[in-house]
Amino acid sequence: MKLILGGRPAVMRSPRRGARRVHVSAIAAAALATLVAAGCSSASSTSSATSTASSPASSSASSSQKVTLSFWSWVPNLDKVIATWNKSHPDIQVQVQVQAGGDAELTKLLTAAKAGNPPDLAQVEYQVLPTLVSNNYLANVSQYDSNLKSDFPAGNWTQVTLGTDALYGVPQDAAPMALFYRADLFKKYHLTVPTTWAQFAADATKLHAEAPGVYLGTFSSQDPGEFAGLTQQAGAQWWSASGSTWKVSINSAASQKVASYWQSLVTSGGINNQPQWTAAWNKGMNNGQYIAWVSDVWAPTDMPTVSPANTGKWAMTELPQWTAGAGVVGNWGGSSTAVLAASKHQQAAAEFAAWLNTDPAATAALASVSGVYPADIAAEGALSAPPPYFSSQPNFWSLAKGYAADASQASWGPDVDVAYSEFTSAFGGAITSKASFLSPLAQVQSAVVSDMKKSGFTVAAS
Amino acid sequence: MKQPRKHTAPRLAPYAFVAPAVALFALLMLIPIGYTLFLSFGKSQVSGLGLGTGARKQVFAGLSNYASGLSDPAFLSSLLRVLVYSLILVPVMLGLALLFALLLDAQRVRFQRFARLSIFLPYAVPTVIASLLWGFLYLPTVSPFPAILARLGLSMPDLFTTNTALFSVANIGVWGGTGFNMIVIYTALRSVPTELYEAARIDGASQVQVALRIKIPMIGPALVLTGVFSIIATLQVFNEPHTLAPLTNTISPDWMPLMKVFDLAFNEQDSYEAAALSVVIAVAMFVFSYGLLRVSNKRVFQGR
Repeated sequence: MKLILGGRPAVMRSPRRGARRVHVSAIAAAALATLVAAGCSSASSTSSATSTASSPASSSASSSQKVTLSFWSWVPNLDKVIATWNKSHPDIQVQVQVQAGGDAELTKLLTAAKAGNPPDLAQVEYQVLPTLVSNNYLANVSQYDSNLKSDFPAGNWTQVTLGTDALYGVPQDAAPMALFYRADLFKKYHLTVPTTWAQFAADATKLHAEAPGVYLGTFSSQDPGEFAGLTQQAGAQWWSASGSTWKVSINSAASQKVASYWQSLVTSGGINNQPQWTAAWNKGMNNGQYIAWVSDVWAPTDMPTVSPANTGKWAMTELPQWTAGAGVVGNWGGSSTAVLAASKHQQAAAEFAAWLNTDPAATAALASVSGVYPADIAAEGALSAPPPYFSSQPNFWSLAKGYAADASQASWGPDVDVAYSEFTSAFGGAITSKASFLSPLAQVQSAVVSDMKKSGFTVAAS
Repeated sequence: MKQPRKHTAPRLAPYAFVAPAVALFALLMLIPIGYTLFLSFGKSQVSGLGLGTGARKQVFAGLSNYASGLSDPAFLSSLLRVLVYSLILVPVMLGLALLFALLLDAQRVRFQRFARLSIFLPYAVPTVIASLLWGFLYLPTVSPFPAILARLGLSMPDLFTTNTALFSVANIGVWGGTGFNMIVIYTALRSVPTELYEAARIDGASQVQVALRIKIPMIGPALVLTGVFSIIATLQVFNEPHTLAPLTNTISPDWMPLMKVFDLAFNEQDSYEAAALSVVIAVAMFVFSYGLLRVSNKRVFQGR
């Protein structure tokens, strides 16, 4: 439905904060049907769901008072995952209120939190945690979820603690970037699967010469999160803090390298200059206009709707490297489950957040029903069968696990919303007119610095 | 000598009658406006890294929001853009509305009811839906137009370049707004006394002459009214470009003044500067429409 309307509800902002779009795919629904059936028929099976069910005493919310927690999230079919919790925790009922996407939810969340009536729990992307924390909207749940650190990769853990002793969310999904390509069409156009960005550029040039109008992807001003991930791979740290001073390095040499690289590809024609997530893009992804996509391990949730005719034809490979064999990738999105400071039931909410993202039954359901690539290390290892769309790649999840291990550590500041908004404004014109990407990049940097200074942050000269 | 009237009961009555209106006005208009003004003079101030509790507080900012908003080149170019947009949209839309109204009002028109309804119909389509429909028609890979044009040996121009995007958005406004204005003008035409037409016919005036010499002057007030309303509406354009923005890199999130306000308030979390720009836009709109109404009152209504 959403897809037919151009991929996104029009009155909402695009999920361009790097949020992936969520499509309730038919395949996920099918997987869900099996799960629900299994759950219904064998309530007393030996699955670990039962262990949770049989021990409601483990919930420390011993008060007889029944609480209902509201939970904002855009993860498809999350209510089915949560049904298991609700069954075993009659005193702590969680209600999901489905959101359109990361970006749309953030807008609502900030507004609702300011008005004093946010939900108890929210799905929050890693890059906006500092924004929410600096507005004092998130609860520090370290006292309730004290023993989770070893469950998650250090990179994800740093993002939810912001490098402090506090804990502002429980990591849900890891989002290392990857390259997706049409194996059949790469063969047809005699392209080699690139392992470096130099090869990727060579492929783009060759493809453009051979089949103008066919692209290795598109560069959009509406996906700042994607660009941010690509610069992370090149070594950029957009924000860093020392003492009480922030340093903004959006316009760093690493970012400039990435910007110039994509500018040259857009100018030479191997990469298109249209936005992603539109009906036109879906069509291009489906009919062979786009034969590669720089994306992320969450792509399996989108692929069945973005390119429905090509099941098994797309393949995932490592994101091309700047230095051959370096094995570094960036992150695009990824999110955590956070408890809001205004919640009256922080302990219960924190308990639920921990369950959702670390309980084996919950993470398994998140992966199979909702298509979430879990951040939890044990859950990551438990994934075996590839997503149905990528059935031709039996090692899909072990590849993904490798990329997650390679993911560079992101460092976000309290001004990501301004940076992303400015990125869309500044890059839009340059992409359309195929002009220099360096001046919009400098514009993003100066907008962020001046906004931070205006708010009273101490910003180091860079 | 008359006895002085007793004032106790009757004096309360008028206040009681206006109380609900005043209360609602205060609640829904004055308080929000006052709050907006209050916000426009504030800003958020953080201390240190801004990550601790209570690190952010609202402080008085004087006129700095107004200064930074008004000196923002993005806002200034959006102001210019909306003026050009209005200059494109209003004459075309009202011209078409007037033409259709005159055609429908002329004698011996077949399918009159059907034509009136079908011209009016686009007005009933919500602007968001209309923008999506047109957006799809504009995108070459999902639009039927390239195939049709190819048969005629033509190719479809890119409708989302820096130069064409404004026309593409204005087209949606024309499509959606013509019908409503046509109905207003048509209704005014129906109230012109028919004796005038008879007199004109006896004098040998053609249909075109009747239209130019009698009908258009007689419906002057309706034209002014639709004109003023259309200008105000176009200066507030938001839905169409906001809906089209995800479809193209050309339309930035601060493309039109109200989009800039939205962007500031909800994407950049700066409700203070957003409030300041809202005040600027509201004052400009008020001055503009008041001036327009004054001028047109003198000209068309002869000060009535």
